[in-house]
Amino acid sequence: MDIDLITNVLYATLKTGTPLILIALGEMVAEKSGVLNLGQEGMLLVGAAVGFIVASLTGNYFLAAFCAIFAGMMMSLVFGFLSITLAANQVATGLALTIFGAGLSAFLGNNYIGIGLEGIGIWEIPLLSDIPVIGKVLFQHDPLVYLTIILFAVVYWVFRSTRLGLKIRAVGENPEAANAIGIHVHQIRYMAVLFGGAMTGLAGAYLSLVYTPMWSDGMSAGRGWIALALVVFASWKAERILLGAYLFGFASIMHLVLQGTKFEVAPNIMAMLPYVATIIVLVWLSSDAIKTKMSAPKSIGQPYRPMS
Amino acid sequence: MLKLEKRQSDSRLMGYMSPVIAIVMTLICGALLFAFLGHNPGEALYTFFITPLEDTYGWTELGVKVAPLLLCAMGLTLCYRAQIWNIGAEGQFIMGALGGGYAALQFLDAESSWVLVPVLLAGAASGLAWGGIAALLKTRFNANEILTTIMLNYIALNLLLWAVHGPLKDPGGFNFPESAMFADAAILPLFSDSYRLNISILFALFFMVAIWTLMARSWVGYQIHVMGEDAKAAKYAGFSSKTLTWVVLLACGALAGLAGVSEVSGPIGQLVPQLSPGYGYAAIIVVFLGRMHPLGILLASMLLALTFMGGEMVQIQLSLPKSLTGLFQGMLLFFLLAADLLISYRIVFQPRTARA
Repeated sequence: MDIDLITNVLYATLKTGTPLILIALGEMVAEKSGVLNLGQEGMLLVGAAVGFIVASLTGNYFLAAFCAIFAGMMMSLVFGFLSITLAANQVATGLALTIFGAGLSAFLGNNYIGIGLEGIGIWEIPLLSDIPVIGKVLFQHDPLVYLTIILFAVVYWVFRSTRLGLKIRAVGENPEAANAIGIHVHQIRYMAVLFGGAMTGLAGAYLSLVYTPMWSDGMSAGRGWIALALVVFASWKAERILLGAYLFGFASIMHLVLQGTKFEVAPNIMAMLPYVATIIVLVWLSSDAIKTKMSAPKSIGQPYRPMS
Repeated sequence: MLKLEKRQSDSRLMGYMSPVIAIVMTLICGALLFAFLGHNPGEALYTFFITPLEDTYGWTELGVKVAPLLLCAMGLTLCYRAQIWNIGAEGQFIMGALGGGYAALQFLDAESSWVLVPVLLAGAASGLAWGGIAALLKTRFNANEILTTIMLNYIALNLLLWAVHGPLKDPGGFNFPESAMFADAAILPLFSDSYRLNISILFALFFMVAIWTLMARSWVGYQIHVMGEDAKAAKYAGFSSKTLTWVVLLACGALAGLAGVSEVSGPIGQLVPQLSPGYGYAAIIVVFLGRMHPLGILLASMLLALTFMGGEMVQIQLSLPKSLTGLFQGMLLFFLLAADLLISYRIVFQPRTARA
């Protein structure tokens, strides 16, 4: 393996991991507040479709990303209304969100199939991007890759050293106790779910504006589901999400690694890798089932009904 | 102020009314959507829901789509009754088609319809094996079945794509990613040459009754009920949740696999990259809408089959996107979940002044 190949592989790993980080961070925050939103895939698709449509209509990528975030939040608001306010079953509601999102995005994007976009360009960080290898791997990316790292740092900081982080955890661990000390459980849960929607919407925009600048039905290809597994894999810790997402990113671009070597594998077989990897991770987690259970938010999946 | 108040006991009436409310709400939203798109709502809804069924051909086409939906949904019902959240009917369907299709491609010169026996068995067995993987992952490794079955769906789809682009591609097919056409003998018999409806609808109805009987009358069915209602009680009674998990996932896999092979050895007649318009996912909605009751599921399959036909109809007649199908299906499930709350809660009007 020559140095160019290693550079390309690492570069692609960072790009491929980025949407997974965004989705998984958002979902982690929601889950920490006690809400399991299985609708990531649906929100992701709607974000991708809306982002692409706005970008093709206006040419304004900033506005497109903003609209994708807004679309993700609207989707998560529907989820929140059903699962928080109406206390509907979170698993079923999440599945409904995914099915609805797949349908809605296909409907919205119908006239945009086969259209190409220029995509968001690269921001080279001055000086740093001139460093050999590292400069190319780390400092010649599109703005969203950098933004994702910043968002990671914010989420990490919120849970490490802010009152807000404590409140979210309290609501997720024991909503009754949180309520007793004056925390508005539903308010915190809505905020967490909306944050998750915003992050997933942004991840959708990343897919359709940067990663593959186009729209096709179901283009998210299960990334929303993989991110859900990633949250469990990371045992609800932001720094492990970062690590896990890049590992998954690496698994998804193995075809680059094998390129030019004597192992020729059919592209459709290579495309299975992230899904197989997800199953392997889930199996591996089971060897530590007790630890997984210990690190999961206690009230996850359970609706909270205030006594009245 | 409107307020939700818990009922003393669940309302049976609302259990039956909730799907009706969901359908009405979906129709209202559909009408608004059509109006927004610049079409006469009444006319567009008519085109979507009535026009497809105006002739005999339409009804037989409904049957063509009811068969796979009903098979998948009956399998999923078993799983959901036992609180096993199998989302994998789509993958099991594809594997059934792939396994059965592989068998059919071994008998391209077949003259006798007996060839259907190994083809159908191969299809059901492939679906069963795919369900078995999910069961193994659940029982042996305690892996969340929602995630594993979703992943298995994507893996199955990629396996199919690999097969039609590679080993099973028709050598004489101008490099299209399709298999050879199956022998006529390996295609399920039609009721009439004028229609595409084949005997797979009979399989579907047979298994609907069989599973109904199984759930209502058999010891296994009883155990599945208890496990779904109260896992702890089932454990105390000595029912093995592992065995039951295996039973429901294998059964669902086999049924979805049969649906898959019936599709390729039926209306399609060969392996193609896009086998299913999403039957495995739509079947999830069928189960919830049909209240997990066989007759309800039959009616719900007909409605969901109609949404597939309606999407095609508005595309042809009103040049609206076919993807309206998915939108209607999604809305239906959302409204159903919301309306289901009325089973255990009632809406009460509470004047603001009355609050202390």
